Amino acid sequence: MSAPSLPFPSKRRPLSSLLAVLFLGAVVLSARVAEVRPQALLAPEALEHLWAFVRGMVPPAHSPAFLRSLLTPLRETVQMALLGTLLAAALGLPLAVLAASTVLFAGPLHEAARGGPLRWLARRLPYLLSRLLLNVLRAIPELVWALLFVRVLGLGPAPGVLALGISYGGMIGKVYADLLEGVDPGPLLALQSTGASRLQLVLYGWLPQALPNMLAYTLYRWECALRASALMGFVGAGGIGQHIELAMRMFAYDEVASLILVVFCLSAAVERLGDALRRRLL
Amino acid sequence: MRRHGWSLLLGLSLGALTVWSLLDTGLSLPALLGAEGRRQMALFVQRLFPPDLSPALLRQVGQRALETLAVSFLGTLLAVGLAAGLLGGATRTLVQGAAFAEAVPRGKLRRLGQALAYGSARALLTLFRAVPELIWALLFILVVGLGPFAGVLALGVHTAGVLGRLFAEVLENVDRRPCEALQALGASRLQVFLYGMLPQALPELLSFALYRWEVNIRAAAILGFVGAGGLGQQLFVALNLFLHQQLLTLIAATLGLVILVDACSALLRRLLV
Repeated sequence: MSAPSLPFPSKRRPLSSLLAVLFLGAVVLSARVAEVRPQALLAPEALEHLWAFVRGMVPPAHSPAFLRSLLTPLRETVQMALLGTLLAAALGLPLAVLAASTVLFAGPLHEAARGGPLRWLARRLPYLLSRLLLNVLRAIPELVWALLFVRVLGLGPAPGVLALGISYGGMIGKVYADLLEGVDPGPLLALQSTGASRLQLVLYGWLPQALPNMLAYTLYRWECALRASALMGFVGAGGIGQHIELAMRMFAYDEVASLILVVFCLSAAVERLGDALRRRLL
Repeated sequence: MRRHGWSLLLGLSLGALTVWSLLDTGLSLPALLGAEGRRQMALFVQRLFPPDLSPALLRQVGQRALETLAVSFLGTLLAVGLAAGLLGGATRTLVQGAAFAEAVPRGKLRRLGQALAYGSARALLTLFRAVPELIWALLFILVVGLGPFAGVLALGVHTAGVLGRLFAEVLENVDRRPCEALQALGASRLQVFLYGMLPQALPELLSFALYRWEVNIRAAAILGFVGAGGLGQQLFVALNLFLHQQLLTLIAATLGLVILVDACSALLRRLLV
């Protein structure tokens, strides 16, 4: 039996051809701006460097002294991730409550709400401000925050914790707010009809419903924080990254290999642990 | 009851770990937010003002921002290409296809070959993914020298590991019936893939690629810390040379760029997905 000859899908919209042209233009322009030189990858010199790197990595450094020297940065990395995530959750939660439109003004809970333009503004202003703040916190990468905090606070894990707390606080706050907006309004209306205050509504209506998902997301962020805090050392904020950069700069590729292995194991272990904890939660 | 026990255990260990971390890192919020800490922060913030808005700097920042954008875009594109190249091996249903291979005679050797292809493709993706982009950047700087091209390669390789796994999972979970129908017509494996699997998976694949672009613009902004071009490089230099007034301009540019890419991605998602 011969294979049927299927035509190439020909349903073309004008929009997609426009997008295709734009896309190709962007590729060409970007390649020029980013100084793309594929031939540089195959230059004899490049291959020589690569080969030296690969050869230098085998066998990975494994002297007891070296392994012992890894303990402190490893501990710092884990601690930084934990404290950073906790700080992020502590920062994100109050901002999220303000940034959830259903808490302040939208949805069935507020249908009966009345008031002049001032009241209207008073309800929307906190929402807009906290959304804006969350956006700014989130849009600046954690390593940029870390770089700034290292300048202010000096070297060590403290700037790393603050950087994680702030940038992840932005992400966590946004997701928490979206989760709060998505809860079932039924129980909230029931609570409201019993005369519960706004705070009571948040504590007994919104939070209990959103909590499992909020915890699951926080857990996911903790996994990301561990990977991020392994890099904090690149800007001087403690942890294992400092050693990676140092080893790289000193061409100690056997140490680089061990360090990468450590990061690899750490991120794989965290992924497993996160999955297991999430199964318990959800 | 069982659930309660677990929560209690988790809560207690979390508390213990937190206290240990706080004591061990010597991090104390009161010290940070106390008089001295506040003074330091205020001093730093004061030095940022007024931001340097001279035309020369703005032109330079614009160029660097464009470079960052290009690196994130090409890095994501390279990742999609690499991931697509590895998909043939990394998608279980394509290699040891449930629907595809039923009628195919499966000798021991063939089965071994398939398992090997699948295993090695997945291992390669894991390696790509587990090494962070900054470390890839250090490696590629060794190979191709300083500059944005190293950043493109670093983002491409790391993101390929992430996307390859996501893509494979999407393809493994498509509805099998259209594929089996095509197969019953006598379509080749490639045709089954192109006309049976891909159309079903495409929106989700595209959506993942766009999401990674949003992640990569943030990554591209920091790759410069190790010398791979973009805004990060200038930020690093400005900070090390104590050019504090340039910092605010650079941070604002980073912020603007990230928000721009998020908006573009959202728009494309609406148009295409």
